Amino acid sequence: MIRFENVTKVYARGARPALDRVSLDVERGEFVFLVGSSGSGKSTFLRLVLREERASAGKVFVAGKELGTLSSWKVPQLRRQIGAVFQDFRLLPNKTVFENVAFALQVIGKPRHHILTTVPDTLEMVGLAGKEKRRPHELSGGEQQRVAIARAFVNRPPILLCDEPTGNLDPTTSLGIMRLLDRINRTGTTVVMATHDDEIVDQMRKRVVELSTGSMVRDQSRGVYGSDR
Amino acid sequence: MRLQFILSEIGIGLRRNLSMTISVILVTFVSLTFVGSAALLQMQIGKMKDDWYDKVEVSVFLCPSNSSEKTCAGGEVTEEQKQEIRDALDAPEVKPYIQKIYFETKEQAFASFQRQFKDQFWASATTADDMNSSFRIKLTDPEKYQVVSEVVTGKQGVEAVEDQRRLFDRLFLVLDRATLLAGGLAAVMLVAAVLLITTTIRLSALSRRRETGIMRLVGASTMFIQLPFMLEGAIAATIGSLLAVGGLWLGVEYLITDWLGTSVGWIPYVTTADVMTVAPFLIGAAILLAAISSLVTLSRYTKV
Repeated sequence: MIRFENVTKVYARGARPALDRVSLDVERGEFVFLVGSSGSGKSTFLRLVLREERASAGKVFVAGKELGTLSSWKVPQLRRQIGAVFQDFRLLPNKTVFENVAFALQVIGKPRHHILTTVPDTLEMVGLAGKEKRRPHELSGGEQQRVAIARAFVNRPPILLCDEPTGNLDPTTSLGIMRLLDRINRTGTTVVMATHDDEIVDQMRKRVVELSTGSMVRDQSRGVYGSDR
Repeated sequence: MRLQFILSEIGIGLRRNLSMTISVILVTFVSLTFVGSAALLQMQIGKMKDDWYDKVEVSVFLCPSNSSEKTCAGGEVTEEQKQEIRDALDAPEVKPYIQKIYFETKEQAFASFQRQFKDQFWASATTADDMNSSFRIKLTDPEKYQVVSEVVTGKQGVEAVEDQRRLFDRLFLVLDRATLLAGGLAAVMLVAAVLLITTTIRLSALSRRRETGIMRLVGASTMFIQLPFMLEGAIAATIGSLLAVGGLWLGVEYLITDWLGTSVGWIPYVTTADVMTVAPFLIGAAILLAAISSLVTLSRYTKV
């Protein structure tokens, strides 16, 4: 589903590469934790998958397409195959929960009847049934992240990218979010999650890819957060 | 869904930047009014040329009894001199340039003089003897005045040769200068309009960065993201151009048709129909302006 072949990303000429010759293969339906300290290249990895950045060297394949040669007008099509969730939720404060989720479908031109049936289904799935009319500031952090996940998943993308989705949440709430991501994963969605949260990684026992200053130092199935524990 | 969504986005954008929107409308209004004025001035010149160049003649004024010109030393023009002048005008090298010649006697000149200036007190003091008799020459091509003038100037019995076109040329020069002035002001205002539209779109794009960020993330097409901003600029500019058309229409209707037209009636004036001819170009220019400004701005601020 996602394949990196010797991918290097250098932001500024002469600077240390943010990613250094990383090769990685993520299969359809996999759940992968991307761990590493700040600045290790996790976010760059996700940005490359979203084609927000282009690789300086090497090849990135997402959903069967080589992103280096993908023309920019096809990028929106690519992004419709990818859901993305962030630490800071990125919700629209003046829209209700329903509108926030519907927004993702409206802007890619889905018909109204499709939106009216899909959005409530998705909201129910993430556990927000009955809160459609609330606005983001009326929700707890965990609920806000659920809205963000609903928005990322409402178009049923085959890939879900999460950039520290539990970074702003307390452990109990984080656990709830992880259960939700696990459920989404079990529908066949490939999930790549960048995280600092060792407890979660240790509990989930999924594949762990560790980055350190841009290089891949570990790729372990059913791994834990720290390799030395 | 799409259309409704885009329309609501535009509405939000226009309302959020209301003061900027209004300033875009005003600046395009003023700049396009100048552009339109310049166009109308040129049309006015064209109309007057069409109308007057058909009527203008070269007048060969013949000596009256009391002229101080050297060629009139012999007193009033004689029949022989008249014939000589006519022969010169009939010569084969000048003939093709001349459409028609007629002779105006002193009495005819006096009659038309009286008609034209009947309200002036000094007109009553003139007599037919103060008038010149003259040859009135209609040229096939008014530009070829020089050829005819050379043949008769300096001949005995000719007091002066006058090209009526010259009288108009001074007026046209003034109108041309006015066109340049209006055009220059229009250019300055248009630059201001482009910059203002650019700034407005930029502000609008910045204030909705969150929305556009999410749009990009979920795979909205570039067109879909940019269209509301483009239309915002285009709508404001179009309103400005409509105001300009309205302003020009009112100006022509009340200042020219109703006021100048009734007080100085012998000039063919531009009409509101001419304003309507200019209107599509003004509106087109406004849309073009907005389109250029948005393309420049949006490629930078809402990049995929």
